[in-house]
Order: sequence, then structure tokens, then C-alpha cells
Amino acid sequence: MLLDALTLQLGYNATLVTVGAALLGVASGVTGTFLYLRKRALVSDAISHATLPGVGLAFIVMVLLGGDGRSLPVLLLGAAMSSWVGLLCVNLLSQRTRLSEDAAIGAVLSVFFGFGIVLLTVIQTMGSGRAAGLESFLLGATAGMLFNDAMVIAIGGALTLLAVVILRRPMTLLAFDPEYAAARGLNVQRMDLAIMALAMAVTVIGLKIVGLILIVAMLIIPPVTARFWTDRTDHMTLIAGVAGGAAAWIGASLSAIAPALPTGPIIVLVSFALFALSLLLAPNRGLLAVGLRHNRFQRRVHLRQGLLALAQGQPIYEAYTLRILRRAGLAHADGVPTDTGRARAAKALLDEKRWETVRQDQAFESAAALYDGLRDIETVLTADQIAEIDHRIGGPKEVTP
Amino acid sequence: MSGAEFVPLSLTPMLIGVLSAIACALPGNFLLLRKQALIGDAISHVVLPGIVTAFLLTGVVAALPMMIGAAGAAVVAVVMIEAVRRLGNIEPGAAMGLTFTTLFAGGVLLLEQSDTSGVHLDVEHALYGNLESLIWLDATGWGSLLDASALLGLPPELGRVAIALIGVAVFLWLFWRPLVLSTFDENFARTMGAPTTVLGIALVLVSALAAVAAFDAVGSIIVIAMFICPPAAARLMTNRLEHQIAWSVAFATLSAVLGYVLAGYAPLWFGFEYAVSAAGMIATVSGLILAAAAFCGPCRLRSGASTVSF
Repeated sequence: MLLDALTLQLGYNATLVTVGAALLGVASGVTGTFLYLRKRALVSDAISHATLPGVGLAFIVMVLLGGDGRSLPVLLLGAAMSSWVGLLCVNLLSQRTRLSEDAAIGAVLSVFFGFGIVLLTVIQTMGSGRAAGLESFLLGATAGMLFNDAMVIAIGGALTLLAVVILRRPMTLLAFDPEYAAARGLNVQRMDLAIMALAMAVTVIGLKIVGLILIVAMLIIPPVTARFWTDRTDHMTLIAGVAGGAAAWIGASLSAIAPALPTGPIIVLVSFALFALSLLLAPNRGLLAVGLRHNRFQRRVHLRQGLLALAQGQPIYEAYTLRILRRAGLAHADGVPTDTGRARAAKALLDEKRWETVRQDQAFESAAALYDGLRDIETVLTADQIAEIDHRIGGPKEVTP
Repeated sequence: MSGAEFVPLSLTPMLIGVLSAIACALPGNFLLLRKQALIGDAISHVVLPGIVTAFLLTGVVAALPMMIGAAGAAVVAVVMIEAVRRLGNIEPGAAMGLTFTTLFAGGVLLLEQSDTSGVHLDVEHALYGNLESLIWLDATGWGSLLDASALLGLPPELGRVAIALIGVAVFLWLFWRPLVLSTFDENFARTMGAPTTVLGIALVLVSALAAVAAFDAVGSIIVIAMFICPPAAARLMTNRLEHQIAWSVAFATLSAVLGYVLAGYAPLWFGFEYAVSAAGMIATVSGLILAAAAFCGPCRLRSGASTVSF
């Protein structure tokens, strides 16, 4: 059943919703990457909450004009207009007054949302249960979606994705170095608004699927997930797009087979699962990789210090050091070195002396900069250079009383 | 309007609205200055999974377990935000967005999956609250305020919100100096021996307490709006913290009273039959106050603010 849903075998509408959600997921992942890099991820929260009054007003206007009030494109148009006003309010509050951006975001999202709720209650009193569909914008609902609505979502997702692809170069430039971008002749403020407009497009299109409270997750979680896997922007946008698309695809499929599973929350939770996996398993930045790297480093430090202690005949008190030496066959349990251990210890001490000479000599400045107490000197200097240093240190001499 | 109508139907909701608004606005001042304004937003989102979990564990809709559940969820959220931020090296805003959306989604899912059809527990209720329904049926008029048997019939939410407000006020009063110091200059406060980290966590916990108590009565919209709008408007009125707090309390009170009146009575003046959402209207009024302050507040500009922005 799940396989059917994932492979789009569940009828025309479910297929359209799934494809639309996946397109939207890709678009939101890519757009969200630029929001994230611009450190304005939470602005999307204000945008999404600010859609509610627009939905309500559009509905009221349509009913007053004698219509049914449920035309999705008009509702979405209203949502887009009021979220644009909300975005302008955030910008005004954070740029023209002393309030910081997070306060502006919070103020706009709560006030617009509150006003939206007022409008919803107004609508409830207007007629006989005609507003029943509007609550679905809060949490999203794909069950019983009309063909035309699904089509609007699919086309909207595709168009947003196209816009992102066209604008990706200037957006990358802006995300990393706004001043350089301005010097290059890019209109920074307009470009910022363009990023926001894309976020807004994603939000508005996603209203019906994910709902306005959770749509912000589609803009935030995939970029955060992608950040674990790469340090390059172009890769990050790709990975965020794939993560967002996959989460939306799987989430929409899951909720298509089980009507009790609301689409929005499922997509968010799948997205979070991808994030959690990345947090644990990503190479280089994942927790597992960091832990392993730390362990390896710790072992090398203990091994080196243990060998130096053996060479100088000092007792080893640290249990961990002794365990490592024993496991490597370099020492016995009582701390007495084996033959190999003696040889390795002598080598370690000799290397330490060589490094000491290297670090005192200006001629070896660049090599000395690599000293960290762990590096084998052979990986830094040639055999000739080492021979020269050994010559300076001198060999063992007989001690005469 | 006569007392016989006003006292039972409007006095208690209005009072609860005012008390919750002040309880949220007080810590909101500090959160605003510490650039943690959105913590209130995050907390009010995660309250939902908290109360749903509490309901699933206890099987009853009772105030105490739900408040404990909500407070627990708030703590989980704060810990999770910090964990994501530190472990993943993620910027705070994104960590917050990730956390509260995930927890909220979990809450909605739990709610949809569990059998809560028989109880009054749904997402809409969590968002709007039910301020209008917190009426005082035992009252007959102003005289009931002195009538002990009628006072017993006060809605329990009133007592809880009052306790939360007192708790918040006492916390601020007790830790005023270190809190102010660490808000304005954390390093200096640490040098002076103030436990800044503990204070920061305590402030968030106290905010969570206020949020949960208010949430129980009025829903999460008011909570978010009251954490941010009155303090933000007050910040545009003055440069002194004491005055800012006084302004924010005044604004919170004004929003609650005016919002409630507009929601309850204004539609009737315009010939509508039904009232609109009081919670939404209170948030709207607080936004209008903020807008007014942003246009003509005496301290609305940053000192030495540059007009160029990227």
C-alpha cells in the first residue's frame, strides 16, 4: 500500500498532490537554503502566519460579491497579498525602529494571526457553515482535494522551482557577502525581497498541503539537514532540495494511505527524521564522525605521551594510556615496555629531540609550524634533512668518569 | 450596562485576559532586551504536545497534569533548541524553528491518532483559547464580589493566572538587580558574580510558567502577542527599564480590556448578531498599539542608527 502510494498508483488526485508536494518540497528546500544562509530563517514564520488575514479577507470579498468563497487561487492570492504586507511590516519595524528583527517577526506573526482568527470568527457568523474549509489552512488537508486545486499546487511548485533556479547565482552572492554583491552592482534590497518573495510563494502554495503553522518547517529543516553534508553552497541547495522533496513525497504518500494522518505534520516529522539521521551520521559534521575523530585523536595523544614516558623511564599512572600501550603490544600490564615498545619509545624520544632542533632553527620555519606533538617527522622532512638534524644532535657518546 | 449582566458574563473573562496579558508582558520585557523574543513563540507552540501527552498519560482533562505536561514540554523544547544549536552548530533562529515545528507536528499527530473525541481538546482550542466561556455563573451583580459563596464559583483559571502573575512578579522583584545586569551586560554581570547562565534559564522557565498558565485560559495567540507586542511598544516609548515595564503593563492591560470590549460588543454596534474571537481581537489591538508606538513613540529610533541597511 505504501509502495503504491510512493509509486503514484493511488489515483489521479493523490498522484497530483504527491507530485505537487514533492515539487513544493524541492522549491522550499532550495529557497530555504538562501534564507538560512542569510540568517533570516524565522522571517518565514512571520510570512506564513501573516497569510491568514488574507485568506479570510479574500473569502469575505468573494462572498460579498456573491460567490461561493472557496476558489483556491483567489484565496491564495489574498494570502500572498497579506503576507507581503506582513513582510513589509517586519522590514519596517526592524529597519525604521530600534526593535530587533526577532521582535518584529514575533509581533507581526502574532498580530496578523490574531487578526486572521478574528476574521475567521466573523466568517463563521456570516452564513451557514460556509467557512468550514478555511480551518484546513491552519494545518493543511489534502483529503478530498479538488483536481483544480491539486493542479494549482503542482504548477505553483514547478514555477517557484524555476524562479529559484534562475535566481540562484545572485542569491548565492548575496548570502555570502552582501557588501561585495552591492559593489558588483546588485540591488541588495531588491534581491533580499526576491528571496522573501520566493519564500512567500512557497508558503502560499504550501498552505493547502502543510498548513500555515507548519509550512515554516519546510523552509527551515531541509537546509539545516543539508548543512551537515557539505560546505559548498551549490551542493547545499541541491541536498536541501532533495531532502525537502523526499520528505514531502514520503509524507504525502503516507498520509494518502492513512486518512487519519494529517499531511502537514507527517511531512514535518519525516523531514525531522532526515535531519536526525544527518545529525548522527553525516560524514565530517555528524555526531558519530565527530565522536570517532575525537576518539582517534585521544588515542594518538595517549600513545605518544605513553611512549615518551616509557623512553624516559617514568611510571605511567593513566589507566587509559597503559591500556592502549598494552593493546598495541608495546607494554606489559605492569608498565614495563616490551622489546617493540622499547624500540618505538626510543624512536619517539628521538623524534621529539629532532622536532626540538627543527623548531629552534629559522630555516625550518614552515616545517616547525606543522609541529603538534603527534606528527611523524618523516612526513614533513626529507631523509636528507633528517640526517642533517641528526648530525647536529650528535650520536651517543661514551661517558668517562 | 448593568452590573447584573456585566459581572457574571464579562468581568471574569476580562480580568483573566488582563492578568494573563500582564503575566506574559512582564518577562517579555527581558526576553525582548535579550533578543530572545521568539522564545515565547516557541514555548506556546510546544505547549500543545505537552498537554496532549499529559492527557494520554493520565486520561483526564485536568488542569494540573496538563500544566505539568506543558511545562515539561517547554523544558524539552529549550533543551532541544540548545542541543541542536550546539551539537549541529546551527544558527539559533533555525534551531528554534526546527524544534518548535517538529514538536508541534508531533503534538498534532498525537492528537489526531488518539481518541480525544469525547473531551474538549483540539488544535483550534489550543490556538484561540476560550476566553469568552470563562464566565462567573454564581454572580448576580457587583454585590457578588463580597459574597463568599458566589466567590467560590469563580472560574479556576482566574486563580491559576493570578498565581502565575504573582510568581512572575516575585521572581522579577527578587532577582531584579542581577537580572538587569545580566540583561544589559552579561560579561560584567558574570564578573560581579551573578550566575548569568542560571538566571537565563530561570527567566525562560518563568516565562514558560506564565505562558502555560495563560495558555490554559486564553490560548496561544494571546500568549505570543503579549510576550512581544506590549514590551516592544514600551521599548519605543522610553529608555529606562523601569518605565518600559510600567508602559508594557499599561499596554497589556489596555490591549486586554479594549480587545475584549471590541470583540464582545463592537460587532453588536455594527448590527452583527455574534461576537468575534476575543483572543484574536486582543492580539490585534496590541498590534495596533505597537504600530502607533512605531510611528510616534518618542524613542522609536536607534541611537546613531545608520540609514543604510543590507
